[in-house]
Amino acid sequence: MSDQSLLKSIRTPFRALPRGLAVTLSILVWVLVIVGWFALTYSGAVKEMFLPRPEAVFMTTIKMAADGSLWEHMLASVQVVLIGFVVSSLVAVPLGLTMGTYRIVQAFLDPLVNFIRYLPVTSFVPLFILWIGIGIEQRVAVIIFGIFFQQLVMIADSARSVPRDLVNAAYTLGTRRVDTVFHIVLPATLPNVLDVLRVTMGWAWTYLVVAELVAARSGLGYISLKAMRGFQVDVIFMAIAMIGILGLFTDQLFRIVRRVAAPWAN
Amino acid sequence: MSVLNISTNPISSDIDIDNVVLRYGKGDNAVLALDGISFHVERNEFCVIVGPSGCGKSSLLYLIAGLEDRTAGMIKVGGKPVTEPGPDRGMVFQAYTLFPWLTVAQNVEYGPKRKGIAPAARKDIVNHFLTEVGLAKFANHYPSQLSGGMKQRVAIARALANDPEVLLMDEPFGALDSQTRHSMQKLLLKVWDHTKKTVLFVTHDIDEAILLADRVFVMSGRPGQIKKEIRVDIPRPRSMDLVMEPDFIAMKREILELLKNDEDDDH
Repeated sequence: MSDQSLLKSIRTPFRALPRGLAVTLSILVWVLVIVGWFALTYSGAVKEMFLPRPEAVFMTTIKMAADGSLWEHMLASVQVVLIGFVVSSLVAVPLGLTMGTYRIVQAFLDPLVNFIRYLPVTSFVPLFILWIGIGIEQRVAVIIFGIFFQQLVMIADSARSVPRDLVNAAYTLGTRRVDTVFHIVLPATLPNVLDVLRVTMGWAWTYLVVAELVAARSGLGYISLKAMRGFQVDVIFMAIAMIGILGLFTDQLFRIVRRVAAPWAN
Repeated sequence: MSVLNISTNPISSDIDIDNVVLRYGKGDNAVLALDGISFHVERNEFCVIVGPSGCGKSSLLYLIAGLEDRTAGMIKVGGKPVTEPGPDRGMVFQAYTLFPWLTVAQNVEYGPKRKGIAPAARKDIVNHFLTEVGLAKFANHYPSQLSGGMKQRVAIARALANDPEVLLMDEPFGALDSQTRHSMQKLLLKVWDHTKKTVLFVTHDIDEAILLADRVFVMSGRPGQIKKEIRVDIPRPRSMDLVMEPDFIAMKREILELLKNDEDDDH
């Protein structure tokens, strides 16, 4: 590609980018962030008490990984997120599909779901502590409460958008009405459902940290809170970075699952 | 052999429509879409309904398929009253309705699978009908990889693979360019000749109607009524060259006139 046409194509909306350039850009943004971080700390523009030097965070990560405490807290967090996410999804997917398919289910659940959906999860944390204490169940409850109703609404929406004639065609081919959800709506919405799960997985991490900040004795949110009390900013940064990396990892995992489970949607 | 059965001994039924009325809505907002439609389609016959857009010709097809409920009247297919959709009435839709998550072969296999036909026999059926529509090579493609014309060919194969008693076709070639439409019409005539299914085909394309039909039903605008029934006595097999023949042109003129009168009535 000549320089002229490359210049034209990057200025054209929605035009695809050469692969090499795309990769370079996604690396460049991280280089810039880290260089900016070095610049801010080494120039003395920001005190180390507020923003630790990159290598300090790195060393802390190595140290905590070596003595095992990093893995212990990470595992604690991952465990809570996974339990909350799986329990929520196992109910939300079938219920959401049914809700989007059958008007009677929608009419019954919609008012309640839309009411609860707008309640801030954080306002329920004290109530959950009162009801179920400060064990793992409480953190799982916060995550479920945070993502379940959102999942339900988004999955019901995608079920509702299944083209009517697709269902009609299925009827004329001998599909029974009771089989519509399983035979037609589920496969038709599968790529969407997986996208909903991928997005809400990210939210699950947010609610996990909220729950851990309030009441926990392990987990990445918990060590952040403890670090704040001891002015260990490097530990806070490490915890944040770890959550980000875990998020990136699960995101990629979901993309792979989508590619394998719904190859037709690519 | 099962494949031989498919092509030489197909099931086929007649369609009996008696005084069918379809009304949408209630009270002052009620719209009369179909007003007293009656006609009969013989076994193995190819009938076409032409009419202006919005005349309710598609709705009529949906009523026969059992996908919508009629307000009054009776519809019988093979003597059985229609109460809900069923595999005895295959349908090809104007919109692309292949299941995007299934390959071409799996789409065609869908109906026979629902019927509980054994996998080996299903495979024969799929091969037979994909060959019939010239898409055997695309068996493992997904619908998103096919052109519009190919999608509709698969849709026809899928409907026929289920061995319905009648085949309902709702402007199946309406979204295709004229070149593709012509080749689809040719293909449909060939396939129909092989299977001899009863076909009820809806279109607003007069050329298409005359080319395909044994009989053409001309419908009026809302409320939809059958204005006239025209028998097309042009011998088969027919080709696209027909459109130049005097008989064809005379028939086309008559239908155009009928549809035009209808427009005038509106004003």
